[in-house]
Amino acid sequence: MNLIEIVKKLRDKFPHEVLWFRCFREECDVTVKKDNIREILIYLKNTPTLEFNYLIDLTAVDYLGFREPRFDVVYHLMSIKYRHRLRIKAQVPEQACSIPSICDIWRTAEWFERECFDMFGIEFKGHPDLRRILMPEDWEGFPLRKDYPVFSDLAEKEWLTFIELKQKAKELRGNND
Amino acid sequence: MTDNTKELIINLGPQHPATHGVLRLILEVEGEIIKKCIPHIGYLHRGVEKLSEDLTYVQVLPLTDRLDYLSSMINNVGFCLAIEKLMGINVPERAKFIRTMMAEMARICSHLLWIATHALDIGAMTVFLYAMRDREKLLEMFEMVTGARLTVSYPRIGGVRCDINDKFLEELEKFIEEFPSKVEEYETLIDRNRVWLKRTKGVGVITAEEAINWGLTGPTLRGSGVYYDVRKFFPYDAYDKVEFEVPVGKNGDVYDRYKCRMLEFRQSAKIIKQCIEKLPTGPILAEEAPRIRMPSSPLKINKEDIQFEIYLMEKNIEDFIKKFTEVYASVEAPRGELGFYIVCDESAKPYRMRVRAPSFVHAGALSRLCEGSLIADVIANIGSIDIVLGECDR
Repeated sequence: MNLIEIVKKLRDKFPHEVLWFRCFREECDVTVKKDNIREILIYLKNTPTLEFNYLIDLTAVDYLGFREPRFDVVYHLMSIKYRHRLRIKAQVPEQACSIPSICDIWRTAEWFERECFDMFGIEFKGHPDLRRILMPEDWEGFPLRKDYPVFSDLAEKEWLTFIELKQKAKELRGNND
Repeated sequence: MTDNTKELIINLGPQHPATHGVLRLILEVEGEIIKKCIPHIGYLHRGVEKLSEDLTYVQVLPLTDRLDYLSSMINNVGFCLAIEKLMGINVPERAKFIRTMMAEMARICSHLLWIATHALDIGAMTVFLYAMRDREKLLEMFEMVTGARLTVSYPRIGGVRCDINDKFLEELEKFIEEFPSKVEEYETLIDRNRVWLKRTKGVGVITAEEAINWGLTGPTLRGSGVYYDVRKFFPYDAYDKVEFEVPVGKNGDVYDRYKCRMLEFRQSAKIIKQCIEKLPTGPILAEEAPRIRMPSSPLKINKEDIQFEIYLMEKNIEDFIKKFTEVYASVEAPRGELGFYIVCDESAKPYRMRVRAPSFVHAGALSRLCEGSLIADVIANIGSIDIVLGECDR
């Protein structure tokens, strides 16, 4: 079954969910609404002719200023049996920044979702342990959002723990003098 | 006498030689048995994904070296493949073969360091010295071609940086001739060693189904008996023109993962040998490859390549669909599937670059592998999934 047939099949199954698809360089991505993302992924995983049994990757993209809703949560699926890959994208708006978690479908999603939360601030509803993973726990802001600067010259933007550390170092130096 | 026991919490790492970098594990133990294992990562987070949004495609390449610094060549290849796919560049045959050859050298290099440290962690000192001896030869060969030993930045978008010479090929051929006997040498040291077998057989068992569920890739997945290799499933470079087998394990324990990697050594040697034999002549860089001063011109993508259909959307979304193109390309890194997901907005810089790092996924599965086992087996497990924290934290 080629990718376009798969997309057509998916659209027949979920006519009110699939927004559009796009094929580029022999890859296919399907954009869907976020509310029934679990049903869509379970369908793709369990249908015998598709068998997307492997979640390669889960991430997000920020389209600030280009599109509303702002975020896309991107799922890369693969079938080991049929050797095909498909990209599912779910739109997430900035105001209601949440999407159902898929931890129980694939355990590997647990850390991917944590990373996604850490970097974009997207809440995964039903995630057992949604904490920051790469950034320190007391970090403010979500680094991979487009409105987060790469280089910051704002002093107050400096990491709080680091300021405390510098202050402490200064105190210690003062005592020695 | 009454039993007065309580759970003990042990902190392993982040500064611990056996965690292969700055991995920190919080272990809740009851006696010697681990009840819960919580990995903490992020100590080496440098924000490669964020930084790359501020650099041009050509400038991002050296950053990928610093992901998995033990096999930087394969990281570079993965990134280049993604960009080539995006731009639609056809890489010359010679460059493809050189890349395949170099990638397999990097795989041997990485696996050698793995066997050295893994054996050292478990208690076999000698293997370390033997493996390092052979790794040194490979690093010298890398230096001969690229000028660098670890962070090579040798592949370019559309080919490779410089051509290889006969002296290099001669030395490589000599090395490859000898190498299978060297692998046997390592095996005589540990393969029938009772301590080694006790420490690895039946430890950290994960079934095929679970391994897929946890998203494992590479030898870690194949140790559980799942046949999945990016080189075979989605061939890139010259992998469809060389013959090789993908070793698959059965039991999914530390021993089978070790065995898979040992067999991969031989397959890699076989691939390199075929690459030397079949190496075609010709250019090493595609005509349309972007040059160093690329930022002046934006990335042009032929709009006819984009095929789309809109089902539901009230607003006009067509321009958006045409503007943001995206690709996903992956390579078989020594640790597993290394994927690059690039979103392009027609400027010279990637709009979003996502690195799908195998080490990240494997570190996540550590809690599953360690729970219910002994403290000593944690070290064997960390060794067997072969993580590099530079790639894990990105």
